[in-house]
Amino acid sequence: MTDESGRFLERERFSVLFDLLRERGYHLVGPRIRDGAIVYGELPGPEDLPVGVRDLQGPGSYRLAPGDSGRHFAWANGPQALKPLLFSPRETLWDSRREADGSLSFSTPDTPSRPLAVIGVRACDLSALELQDRHFGKAPFPDPFYAARRRDLFLVAVDCSHPAETCFCASTGDGPDARSGFDLALGEIDEGFLVRPGSVKGRDLLRDLPLSSSDPVMEETLSNQTERARIFQQRTLPSQNLRGALAGRPDHPHWNSLATRCLSCGNCTSVCPTCFCFSEHEDPSLDGLSSQHVRQWDSCFTPGHSYIHPAPLRGETRFRYRQWLTHKLDYWHDQYGRSGCVGCGRCVSWCPVGIDFTADLPILLEEPDGR
Amino acid sequence: MTPSTLPVQKDPFSSRKPRVAVLKLASCDGCQLAFLGLGERLLELAAAVEFVHFAEMGPLGPLTDLDITFIEGSLSTREDLETVRSVRKESRYLVTIGACATSGGIQALRNLTSGESLSGIYPSPGFIDFLDRSTPVASEIPVDLELWGCPVTGEQILGALRSLLFGTTPPVEHDKVCLECKRRAIACVTVTMGVPCLGPVTLTGCGALCPSFNRGCYGCFGPSENPETSSLARKFAGLGLPPDEIARRFLFINSNAGPFREEGERWRGDHSHER
Repeated sequence: MTDESGRFLERERFSVLFDLLRERGYHLVGPRIRDGAIVYGELPGPEDLPVGVRDLQGPGSYRLAPGDSGRHFAWANGPQALKPLLFSPRETLWDSRREADGSLSFSTPDTPSRPLAVIGVRACDLSALELQDRHFGKAPFPDPFYAARRRDLFLVAVDCSHPAETCFCASTGDGPDARSGFDLALGEIDEGFLVRPGSVKGRDLLRDLPLSSSDPVMEETLSNQTERARIFQQRTLPSQNLRGALAGRPDHPHWNSLATRCLSCGNCTSVCPTCFCFSEHEDPSLDGLSSQHVRQWDSCFTPGHSYIHPAPLRGETRFRYRQWLTHKLDYWHDQYGRSGCVGCGRCVSWCPVGIDFTADLPILLEEPDGR
Repeated sequence: MTPSTLPVQKDPFSSRKPRVAVLKLASCDGCQLAFLGLGERLLELAAAVEFVHFAEMGPLGPLTDLDITFIEGSLSTREDLETVRSVRKESRYLVTIGACATSGGIQALRNLTSGESLSGIYPSPGFIDFLDRSTPVASEIPVDLELWGCPVTGEQILGALRSLLFGTTPPVEHDKVCLECKRRAIACVTVTMGVPCLGPVTLTGCGALCPSFNRGCYGCFGPSENPETSSLARKFAGLGLPPDEIARRFLFINSNAGPFREEGERWRGDHSHER
């Protein structure tokens, strides 16, 4: 029944993919609807996906609405990327104990061991994952917690067919179709999915899927759909490499204009799939005999982020916003060889006051006197 | 665990158990319940310190020779002023707990009215020697540590106690509620539902309790560091809140806290913001 050269998976057979992943020991996670948004959660089967739902996004606004298709992935994204699945929002890095003889002993909690399969990953988030890999996997001290979760991850990507109004992955070169970094990628058309492998693990699983031959019409439908998803995107980032462009304008008056709107709340950095800052603190027991060393997500919008005795270097919002954008778009190039923006648009949608940096960037890139 | 196992030996306190008082002024007792809600850890705590005065729990010993004094409630009567002056002299460390003690509490709403309105509440107000204004404890005496919240949480109490017992500087929360929402994967109620939420200008410490139940933040834990109240108030206006309603968001549990009071006053009875 399985066609050796086939790559078409009927929608009715989508659940086989879930079964095969489970048989291989994976814990399944994917997009679910919760509290008016699409967020990652346990994903028992295809029927638990946000079927027939659309996301309407704009600056500072995210709403779910009934969609006009029975498709499983006819929406763009939710507030989370893969980030919280790998870089935990809060976790204990080590425990310390005062022993009876007064000495101190240290132990590390067990790293998570159950392999995770994530269904429905978008191209922007795959690019972001690659950046997080570079950050947390950096030799000679790769992060063991991140690495343990990353090692056995199985990624089922989906080509984006319905970008949100806030998306601009086409202009950053990261989407809308998945190109690398996945194990399997799905191109969704009305009848089902065109499946392609991206790794040895993916190819191995593909062999067990009940696939049939795709026809040229299906292939064309998918490629036209991806092209439409590209053209739909109205927001853009300048095509030039911004290295030096923002760092060279620390006194641009538009930073002040941004600061009159920015809440300095850290929502943008939290939803950003590439932001990686964290803080650490001790959580001692009351008897003083043990303590947990905890790491949690931080943001360049907190005072602690730039605190150097005796005060934060960036006390005001305008300095914090400038830091965020300048790092993200400018000197990220020096660190990781590319911009830190993958065009997912989350910072635009999830900013409570709707700051859209794609609108502010051209102003910042102009000389203040308009030259 | 016995007190002798505590690493308190070389610390600010002598070999005796640290003497702790929990004092109540004008308040609802909710912050005292943060102690009682600690469950088993309260027993651990009671083994480590001596509660010499703690009305909600029982002991009502004299407020003298104290190592740590927690004060719940605002300064609301003349008697309160005398009490805190005296207890300050008797306390090594003095910690305010909750919105009332730290900013004046919800009863500070009377600071926004003329005093006469109170006479309508009590049948014989002459029996109450109340002050014109409800004010934070720190307005009268020096305070070593302020714990915000309405009410405070057991974690905050334990965090402060641990640090003071160990002789270290207590950790001070600076993060805004938004960061906690995102760490807990709570979808933003403002962005998904258009609910006015004070989270972006409020200290966390509650664990983003209200947003986790699809409610906007009420600002119980007081103004955060660097609170951009003006931008948030304009957002509320954009969500359709009339100026008086915007004012009420800021002038609520922590109405007497500087940044909230100032933003609230800007919108209160002011219709020039209407578009």
